[in-house]
Amino acid sequence: MYVAVKGGEAAIANAHKMLADRRRGDRSLPSITVEQLVEQLALAVDRVMAEASLYAPELAALAVKQARGDMIEAIFLLRAYRTTLPRFGASQPVETGEMIAERRVSATYKDLPGGQVLGPTFDYTHRLLDPALVGDEAVEAAPARESEGEPLTRVADILAQEDLIERAYAGDPTEMPQEPSGDLTREPMEFPMARDLRLQALARGDEGFLLALGYSTQRGYGRTHPFAGEIRIGEVEVEVDVPELGFAVSLGRIRVTECQMVNQFAGSAKLPPQFTRGYGLVFGQSERKAMAMALVDRSLRAGELGEDRVAPAQDEEFVISHADNVQATGFVEHLKLPHYVDFQAELDLVRRMRAEFEARQRSESDTQEAAE
Amino acid sequence: MREAEARSEAEAGLKRLMDVLAASPGDEIAACAAALGALPESIPVRGPEIGLIMVRGRIGGDGAPFNLGEAAVTRATVRLAGGTVGHAYALGQDRAKARLSAVLAAMWSDGARRADIEAQVLAPLAAARADEVSRVKREAAATRVDFFTMVRGDD
Repeated sequence: MYVAVKGGEAAIANAHKMLADRRRGDRSLPSITVEQLVEQLALAVDRVMAEASLYAPELAALAVKQARGDMIEAIFLLRAYRTTLPRFGASQPVETGEMIAERRVSATYKDLPGGQVLGPTFDYTHRLLDPALVGDEAVEAAPARESEGEPLTRVADILAQEDLIERAYAGDPTEMPQEPSGDLTREPMEFPMARDLRLQALARGDEGFLLALGYSTQRGYGRTHPFAGEIRIGEVEVEVDVPELGFAVSLGRIRVTECQMVNQFAGSAKLPPQFTRGYGLVFGQSERKAMAMALVDRSLRAGELGEDRVAPAQDEEFVISHADNVQATGFVEHLKLPHYVDFQAELDLVRRMRAEFEARQRSESDTQEAAE
Repeated sequence: MREAEARSEAEAGLKRLMDVLAASPGDEIAACAAALGALPESIPVRGPEIGLIMVRGRIGGDGAPFNLGEAAVTRATVRLAGGTVGHAYALGQDRAKARLSAVLAAMWSDGARRADIEAQVLAPLAAARADEVSRVKREAAATRVDFFTMVRGDD
């Protein structure tokens, strides 16, 4: 039975006005600007762009403000906005080897070409709250020194010189696909899933979920023996072929974080042992997410590399189906919506079961009494 | 053959202008364009309109492509009175920048004011972008670790 219920309109309108009031907070304080969020809460803005899968800093900052700092709500808002826009096309693959890097570190080689460039990192800070930031003290410009202009050689390329690491594309390089095998925003998910589709899902996946799964592999649930071969953060050029021009133009640069994990060996009777790789690439500055993504990418390759699938992080369907926090929050949070009729049915059922149970007990005790 | 070369040279020139315009903030472009005096009349052919470009990465950084995520992009196409068409594509949602960039691209292709655009728009914007890149590189270089080895013992 479906019963239409009305009467919530005024309550909803007032609830939204109350939300707007609480969002604004104390009126004696200035309203925070989108520009301030982009500049000063840049990593929050980056996370919203990464998990909304839409690179648009001002819009992501607006979403953070509108969501009162609730990241998943902000991601939801940006995803919803995205659906209103037409797709103009796809870019050429970004060349992370040509990144204008602010940071590049390797945990596998101390003296690699280009060196260890720390960049704007939280590492080596003492994690003590800084009272100076309560106020608005002047901050000096970042120090600078002449760059030696040495190119940042990829760690995978160093290992590849001795053929000690698998190639990114296993087959004949001239036969490497020029297009992804699919697009998760256009086609429903199907398992087993190609690695390019898994990477698309992981790049937009929830940071906390991927972090926990990556951590689980380190603790022994599908161990992959990883080394952070290389992490780099910086800007890459986005180029797109413009059909009306007949050549590719740059749209400008976006900031990304890339992580190359170097993992323990694969090999067989025919193939010599070599290191394997896990890959993470994320919009914005998000080293934790890129590292977690690389760990999970590698553990999801268990089948391909002939490893036993025994841990959650190796289970493709489990990982990919639960990585999207907008989907997850939608299904969890829908439980708070009215389920009055469903619940009435269950209430009726449990009352009948209870009555049958009691009747059965009564008749059992009657038989017992009769027997005595 | 010579025609093909001329065509590719023109393409390279137009690409250089479009790349720099896309990378530059709208107010900087407007300030440079102001130095050109009154801009010619133009008819909008398409946009300015906001849409999406699917940004692709490569598996492992150098393997087969995958879809990383989308980026918000604004594009515009205009036609000058003489019939020359100009296009603009840039990250972001700045419609005025896209419109102005398309007009400048059309003027460049038209040819009559190409030298002015190269001198007043392309050169200063390209220099500003190069300065930004070099500043980031120098700031990053200051955070490069200079390892040294501690000498232990007396000898």
